[in-house]
Amino acid sequence: MVSETSGHRSQSGIAHKAKVEAVNLSFYYGGSKAAIKNVSLAIPEKQITALIGPSGCGKTTLLRCFNRMHDLYDNNRYEGKILLDSTVNLISTKIDPIEVRMRVGMVFQRPNPFPKSIYENVAYGLRIRGESRRRVIDQKVEQSLQQAALWNEVKDRLNDQAYDLSGGQQQRLCIARALATDPELILFDEPTSALDPIATANVEQLMLQLKDKVTMLVVTHSMQQAARISDYTAFMYLGELVEFDQTSKIFSAPAQEKTRDYIGGRFG
Amino acid sequence: MNAQPSPPTSDLEYRWGRNFQEKAIEAMLFLAAFLAVAVTASIMVILVTESVGLFQTVSIVEFLTGTEWAPMFEPPTYGILPLVCGTLMTSLIALIVAIPMGTLSAMYLSEFASLRAREWIKPSLEILAGIPTVVYGYFALLFVTPLLQKILPSLPGFNMLSPGIVMGIMIIPLVASISEDAMRSVPRELREGSYAAGATRFQTALKVVFPAAISGISSSYILSVSRAVGETMIVAIAAGLQPIITFNPLEPAATITAFIVQVSLGDLPHGSTAYQTIFAAGLVLALMTLVFNIFGHFLSKRYRENY
Amino acid sequence: MAIALPEQGLIALRKSVSRRQLYSNLFAIVGLISILVALVVLVALIIHLLSQGLTSIDWQFLTSPASSDAEEAGVFIALVGSGLVMLVTTTLAVPVGIAAGIYLEEYARKGWLADLIEINVTNLAGVPSIVYGLLALGLFKYALNLGESIITAGLTLALLVLPVVIVTTREAMRAIPSSLREAAYALGASKWRMVKDHILPYSMGSILTGIIIGLSRAIGETAPLVTIGALTFITFLPDSPIQPTFPFISFSWLLSPFTVLPIQMFSWVSRPDLAFEAKAAAAGAVLLALTLLMNGFASFLRYRLRKGIKW
Repeated sequence: MVSETSGHRSQSGIAHKAKVEAVNLSFYYGGSKAAIKNVSLAIPEKQITALIGPSGCGKTTLLRCFNRMHDLYDNNRYEGKILLDSTVNLISTKIDPIEVRMRVGMVFQRPNPFPKSIYENVAYGLRIRGESRRRVIDQKVEQSLQQAALWNEVKDRLNDQAYDLSGGQQQRLCIARALATDPELILFDEPTSALDPIATANVEQLMLQLKDKVTMLVVTHSMQQAARISDYTAFMYLGELVEFDQTSKIFSAPAQEKTRDYIGGRFG
Repeated sequence: MNAQPSPPTSDLEYRWGRNFQEKAIEAMLFLAAFLAVAVTASIMVILVTESVGLFQTVSIVEFLTGTEWAPMFEPPTYGILPLVCGTLMTSLIALIVAIPMGTLSAMYLSEFASLRAREWIKPSLEILAGIPTVVYGYFALLFVTPLLQKILPSLPGFNMLSPGIVMGIMIIPLVASISEDAMRSVPRELREGSYAAGATRFQTALKVVFPAAISGISSSYILSVSRAVGETMIVAIAAGLQPIITFNPLEPAATITAFIVQVSLGDLPHGSTAYQTIFAAGLVLALMTLVFNIFGHFLSKRYRENY
Repeated sequence: MAIALPEQGLIALRKSVSRRQLYSNLFAIVGLISILVALVVLVALIIHLLSQGLTSIDWQFLTSPASSDAEEAGVFIALVGSGLVMLVTTTLAVPVGIAAGIYLEEYARKGWLADLIEINVTNLAGVPSIVYGLLALGLFKYALNLGESIITAGLTLALLVLPVVIVTTREAMRAIPSSLREAAYALGASKWRMVKDHILPYSMGSILTGIIIGLSRAIGETAPLVTIGALTFITFLPDSPIQPTFPFISFSWLLSPFTVLPIQMFSWVSRPDLAFEAKAAAAGAVLLALTLLMNGFASFLRYRLRKGIKW
């Protein structure tokens, strides 16, 4: 079903309902030139959407619009809309960024567990929300760690420091931390760029398993990764969305010349 | 430039000369650095040798456990506990002011304040740390005490409360600046991880940043203890000079430092008992601060190595 | 999980968010208040000092010696004394402190000796100033027999400032990227040439800032000078360093008795006489103005430096 509000011509192949939709979104860092220019992008529900493009193209900047991370720093400005479930505009000044972040989870480029125990890391989001019932937290921590395929490795040492885990385990812990609060969308910012190939494979497999539960948006610098895990791919260049379509189509028959050049390795 | 290679002999000579110069300079620089060790050593040597005479009149146990300090009276008594008590009481009052206020200020500066607000507030707070302590003493005696007397009419002109509070205000920048440094050196990713989970600034500050910076923050606390214990002029001017054991902050008391000042103001012949007592008191003071300083330094080193 | 949030859930979510935001804002207010309290005290101190002392500050106050008559008493001798003591302190502490900083940052090899020196520097920075006074009393005044003189006071304060100079020198040098060192070595510079031609000039600005801050502390120091017995009634200037007869320069002023501004203020504070209270406030205002000027200059310098160099 083609999204009504977005008339981008290369979105003809979108066959899923949109979970989140950016409409004419622009973003400015501290009053300077637009880092994101008029992007319209409908992210399909319970699918993995990859954002690719050469470095500096604005893919991470775009990703961080979806949970208002830019609000943490002064003078940043959004224009346009990001609609969740076609109703709530996530970047409206009337919506508290904290409300947004409670509904949209995020996994960062480098694993960033808190200097706390494994258990407390996963429980953090729940505690933030004021949950104090031990039984509820216990159950949720176990469930999230299981979903993150980490439970078997850590179930006997939940009280160990998170820093004692390997890099790949730390990243899966961060995914568990994001899952614990039942987010409707999870943002991944180059989640495997700091990991070795085996840990990368684990995280990728995990993401594929999570697909039937949650919508995911992934920034990746690796075209192979986008091809391996994503259902849809958006190609960005110089702050603009060049093309968005099913991943198979983007990699086999891109409509735009720029996309073809990038996929073909001619720049970037 | 001339491409003529210099003859081997002169090159050797030149190299020898340069090596000699290098070594001589290094030796001089080393001596300058080693002076720090020499100064510490001379402090300990002087404190011990100048006070050792006192311990022929009074045993060390009596000195450390006696509850009466009257070295100028006849018969003299040399129990340092009243001075230690006065020192700890005024320091305690100062810390009750400085630690909460310094920590709150640091949290505000590091997690809430905008960049511009921080650039104004920090140097303004630093001014507090630069004011001469004799000026603080004047302020405690002639401004804060009269002010407190309006609320507590029975407060005597000399008391521990007023200099304690003023000392606390003086120490706020010390706590605030070290704690803020520690909190700001917590990596941005940790903060963003917390915000991305939907935490407010307060929750992030309290549950993620504060625990991660705890060793730096506690080192600021320990250094401020050492600062309060060694502070002299404020208490010498405004706390009174009676060496009595009291835990009532509304009463006057003498601290170790105030006692040293008081004795120094009088006639102080070299080697007299009075002369020896201030070195003995100074020795106790130096040892107290030494322990705090080394412990605080150890903690602050640890937080820097954490990330 | 993860289907559109029902209306009920959204309302609950928003309630929780606004409640937590309220706590967060309350906490920010508490933090701001504690900063404001500290700053209000600072302002109160300055206003009190000025309101009590400003009327006493005039040309006569700045150019008259101390006197037992409060009307005539001034800070001239104390100002000269502070200036001369600072001169001695600067001359001694700056070269030694910078040299020690250079050694620790550029030369010292890791090992027990470097650790020992480092621990001692850190410890010295935290030793209460009055303990330096006791060291001076036992070592300079009696063991070296220098008396209650300008040189004793200058030496004492030099020891006090030394750790500050060492620490700032090291921090300034540490900020210089190692690529610059390597560039100098690659051109064939010896270690000392590298330090002298590159490290020192590049870090001089920051070092200067540190020195000024250290000296602004020293100029207000009272306790260590009281300990060496400097609280005496001085109404005459030290010997002039320039003499009419050969060799025209004299160092006998170094051994002259002296008084300095904070000591003068302390002696006036301890007098139970209202007229002297005003004089104390006036001396305090002058002293505060001096330290604030020095600190302000240091801040200005630091600001300029930060604008100037970007590594």
